[in-house]
Amino acid sequence: MAFTENLSSVDGGLKSELGKKGIVVATLNELYNWGRRSSIWPMQFGLACCAIEMIATACARYDIARFGAELFRPSPRQSDLMIVAGTVTKKMAPQVVRLYNQMAEPKYVITMGACSIAGGPFIDGYNVLRGIDRYIPIDVHLPGCPPRPEALLYGLMELQRKIDGQTIEKTEWYQKGLKREYPVPECGPHGLIPKFNPEVWAPREVDHRKERYGEPVLIGKKDKAPNLDAPVAARPAATSASSASQPSAS
Amino acid sequence: MEKIFSARDPSALNTETLEINFGPQHPSTHGVFRMNIVCDGETVVSLKPVMGYLHRNHEQIAENMSYAASMPYTDRLDYFNSMSNNFGYSLAVEKLANIEVPERAQYIRVIMAELTRLVNHVSVIGFLLNDLGAFFTPVLYAFREREKILDIFEEVSGARMMCNYFRFGGVKYEIQPHILQRIKEIVKKFPKFLEEFEALLSKNEILCMRCQNVGVLPKELAVSASITGPMLRASGVDYDIRKVDKYSIYGRFKFRIPLGEKGDVYDRYYVRILEMHESLKILDQALKDIPATGELVSKKMAPFLKSPRNFKPPVGEAYGRVEAPKGELGFYVVSDGTPQPWRYHVRAPSFINLTILEDMCLGHKIADVIVILGSVDIVLGEVDH
Repeated sequence: MAFTENLSSVDGGLKSELGKKGIVVATLNELYNWGRRSSIWPMQFGLACCAIEMIATACARYDIARFGAELFRPSPRQSDLMIVAGTVTKKMAPQVVRLYNQMAEPKYVITMGACSIAGGPFIDGYNVLRGIDRYIPIDVHLPGCPPRPEALLYGLMELQRKIDGQTIEKTEWYQKGLKREYPVPECGPHGLIPKFNPEVWAPREVDHRKERYGEPVLIGKKDKAPNLDAPVAARPAATSASSASQPSAS
Repeated sequence: MEKIFSARDPSALNTETLEINFGPQHPSTHGVFRMNIVCDGETVVSLKPVMGYLHRNHEQIAENMSYAASMPYTDRLDYFNSMSNNFGYSLAVEKLANIEVPERAQYIRVIMAELTRLVNHVSVIGFLLNDLGAFFTPVLYAFREREKILDIFEEVSGARMMCNYFRFGGVKYEIQPHILQRIKEIVKKFPKFLEEFEALLSKNEILCMRCQNVGVLPKELAVSASITGPMLRASGVDYDIRKVDKYSIYGRFKFRIPLGEKGDVYDRYYVRILEMHESLKILDQALKDIPATGELVSKKMAPFLKSPRNFKPPVGEAYGRVEAPKGELGFYVVSDGTPQPWRYHVRAPSFINLTILEDMCLGHKIADVIVILGSVDIVLGEVDH
């Protein structure tokens, strides 16, 4: 998401000159954005590990209140910002999209942590969604597992920069024909239906994962259970920890 | 008019039960837990937990990985106390492959495990008070202390929450003398914090009224439902794996097991406070006795730190268990002689402790359900694994 600098039409030099006399000059946009970005109300909505870091950010040491975002609202109707903090599973994804639909405009989303961006360490799981950005538009991605509280504050500051770049004439939620409700996926027998939302995300033509990491390493299907009833001496002599004194580097 | 008068007569009232869906997005469910509650007026008639909103396929992923690679995944089971989870998993694999742990590493392990217990209990009490309505004030106190301990974890392992510090046969990094000094300072100052915490809470009238005689769990029911951890001890059962099993070097320390009398929410709260005092005792002794130098990882396992995929335990099975802050955390690993385990199973304490929730909640008001759930101390990463 590219930032557009919201340039004031008032000359900077004149502004500071007037400021010394106690006269404040501001455009309506500036005032409007100043108000909005200084009182972002996040939704109190934790999914997994990252939610604990989100709470830590709200607590004494990091103190998200310095950025005006300390008022965690449990209801989506009252909140401006959804922090998707944690792994989104296929069972939880419809709820996340539904919560997003219930939020009032203007609304923003931060994905916190590798899991909600792309599945993170749990990407190989059958039940884990590979990124919530398949269903809802995301404003700021915060990598990390989990991101430090400082990272969350940085993400919030980036969001404030984005809000600063918006103008009243051009903001989406005053335009006609705004569509900000996205279809809620259903949990079918083979995962989520639809698999993605083409308005927000479409699968890439090039498989970057394969390009970067190569073919996935397959272990081979294991279909024979080890015989645990056999006495220890009779068991096949696997290269156990005791016998393999110097493992080969390959 | 006649109708209204007849409605005031209770015998003529035709009431219905109310079905309430609670969660998965709710500030008091500690994550994405969901309950279907049937209420008669305000009294709970039935309560059905719905789980699986955070099912992250921990076991399936671990069965497709080398043994060492699932160590970071155990961090994310119970994300408050990653060190205890590492402890349990490394104990299981050490039993499987018959690995000895050097003396110094044993002490470091115990120190870290007890520090996590402090972190967990302090935050759990904060969240319990959160659920009672003291919104975020006790949590502020709790997280202030938590951050101090997390600083130590960060300096030792490089991460605040997801430490991934333990290795099979030892620990990963050296613990510097100045960190030990800082832990000593924390141990010294912690009782003062607990005193402050207790002065605010333990005799607080609101806390007593809301917690005493709420969610009583009788001794027999707790044992038959295989409840473990502070919940079981609050019901008066003397069972602590640190004493029963004496894993690692817990046999060397002198500490007592706090027990509750009734098994209500207040007992569970108070047992946790007392357990923190005992943890401090263990820490005190461990910090005194820890050898100044020594190996961190046993010689047998040192080569596998660089090539973990070559680690192949012999065919067999092992069950390693620790007294995690939430209860008995067990890992069951079956090896078939290949680098990946054949079967990997987690006995998650908060999942098993949660099974008793309905029995504790029946007959109570709906506001008490939240308090009882808070006292069970669940973490959804572990419940759903």
